[in-house]
Amino acid sequence: MNLKQLTLKSIHYRKTILEIIYNGGAGHTAGSLSCVDILNVLYNNILDITPNNFQSIKRNRYIQSKGHSVEALYTVLCDKQFFSLNDLKTLNNFNSHFIGHPTRKVNGIEHNTGALGHGLSVAVGIALANKLNKNNYNVYTLLGDGELSEGSVWEALNSAKKYQLDNLIIIIDRNKLQITGKTEDVNPIEPLNDKFKSFGLEVKEVEGNNLEELNLIFNKTPFKKNKPNLIIANTTKGKGISFIENVVKWHHKVPTKEEYEQAINELNLQEKKYS
Amino acid sequence: MNNIIEKANLEVFAETLLELGKKNKDIIVVTSDSRGSGKLVPFGEKLPEQIIEVGIAEQNLVGISAGLSAGGKTVFAVSPSSFLTARSLEQIKNDVAYSNHPTKLIGISSGISYGQLGSTHHSIHDLAVLRTINNITIVVPADNFETRESIKQSVNYNKPIFIRFGKKPMMKIHNDNQNFQIGKAIKVLIGSDVTFIAIGETVQRAVLASDILKKEGISSTVVSMHTLKPFDEKTFLESLIGSKALITIEEHSINGGLGEKCASIISQNNINIPFKILGIPDEYMINGSQSDVLDHYDMEPEKISKIAKKMLK
Ligand SMILES: Cc1ncc(C[n+]2csc(CCOP(=O)(O)OP(=O)(O)O)c2C)c(N)n1
Ligand SMILES: [Mg+2]
Repeated sequence: MNLKQLTLKSIHYRKTILEIIYNGGAGHTAGSLSCVDILNVLYNNILDITPNNFQSIKRNRYIQSKGHSVEALYTVLCDKQFFSLNDLKTLNNFNSHFIGHPTRKVNGIEHNTGALGHGLSVAVGIALANKLNKNNYNVYTLLGDGELSEGSVWEALNSAKKYQLDNLIIIIDRNKLQITGKTEDVNPIEPLNDKFKSFGLEVKEVEGNNLEELNLIFNKTPFKKNKPNLIIANTTKGKGISFIENVVKWHHKVPTKEEYEQAINELNLQEKKYS
Repeated sequence: MNNIIEKANLEVFAETLLELGKKNKDIIVVTSDSRGSGKLVPFGEKLPEQIIEVGIAEQNLVGISAGLSAGGKTVFAVSPSSFLTARSLEQIKNDVAYSNHPTKLIGISSGISYGQLGSTHHSIHDLAVLRTINNITIVVPADNFETRESIKQSVNYNKPIFIRFGKKPMMKIHNDNQNFQIGKAIKVLIGSDVTFIAIGETVQRAVLASDILKKEGISSTVVSMHTLKPFDEKTFLESLIGSKALITIEEHSINGGLGEKCASIISQNNINIPFKILGIPDEYMINGSQSDVLDHYDMEPEKISKIAKKMLK
């Protein structure tokens, strides 16, 4: 997809995210808006994961370790025809498989996440299997920045380095917020870039809501032979909606009717500008 | 009973802890990005010196809490029960229980409080796994009163203790002059036909079922078994005298919780009584709100009363 197509997709995705959260009465609004541009570029231009090849292990993989932002993932998978919008609209209904965290009961979901700090180890495992199977498929995984406080993340990084997993691409949604507030107040994690480098990773930083930059950087993955890849995506939590951006409480706040309408208005204006 | 709905036990916990913390500067609360979920924002604002935040790192949370306890502090480690008891189980086992530090482990939003957030967030394993760990007390308060009392008593409790509760407003079960003691079950109702042994927030479901049964001339004993370990065998056995059926109710897996504890006691005491364990069965759990899920798994008061009637036939 070209930049214009990607831009319109992101606007469309943001609308769907807000719609399903508003109708479903629950969801992780800001974290989904923060990472949806990353998912947009991955699923539309990089991964080549489709309903047709999903059952095969001979393809790229995407593991969303920050499982709470599942609404962004559902939205993109729905657009990629893994299920219908009507199915997705059952989000949070009794007996629906569409719940507030990824589950493999939903077509297109790779791994059940929701407890933070698990996805990277699983991604390392798949990347190792790809090496053992001597194939060239990559494993992409998305982590939250608050999630980096989990020790298991750093255990997994050690293994990734040891096994020289250049087929592993780790993306950090660096929106600088978590539930309680700023990551640097709750549990400071800087200097992040240096920490990752010292763990033997090839580290790049991008503007994580800039589709052009994301597209460029993902097209360069894997970066280097024998080194695991890590991209610090500097994002804005709640990106795209003026009154949600960088506001802590929107971590899992659901829009009221007025807020929902205002948000959709803002997105409609953005859409007009680009089309 | 006149069904008065009070606050969420979670709220009562937070208010009680704030009161206690103001008077006792040794009380330290430890959180893992769980301050808001634990309703502890006021605590943090009023007593900023008495709260430690470790970030999203539950193993670290429990380890640090054990260390603070070893350093003479009165420590409440507060995190969602799912993560606290699964992620940090080894820290609980070794650093708290085995090393015998009187750390207070507070499992918030326990059972299936998180509803549609799904199995990663549910704790239907917590009671079972902690039952197998030596030297830790397990308390699951039924209502606001039991919550307040268990938190207060935990301060001077000189052993490892785990207390878990949910976040929905609860029905008032007890009067404030009720005697409460960790380790001593409370008979909420005394009847002659059917005995309900319930734990935590399912006590209210047992009471509501007994209301339905009462209208049909069936009288119930309802016991709030708020302390699962050490288990009050005496009150349990007393509640069975003359009873014609036993039903246990728990917001937990049917494996390894209250029901199986009761089964073990009745079989070892050669008691023969129709017996039913209500809880979450071993299957891919249905998705829904907490109350819809409990209702689905036969813990709806109407369904409970039907089960009781069938057992009495
Ligand atoms: C093991 C574990 N602990 C706690 C939580 C509760 N929780 C859900 S989201 C979240 C904050 C995540 O912050 P971050 O990783 O920065 O994600 P983002 O800002 O992208 O939403 C927390 C603490 C969890 N899901 N898993
Ligand atoms: Mg974040």
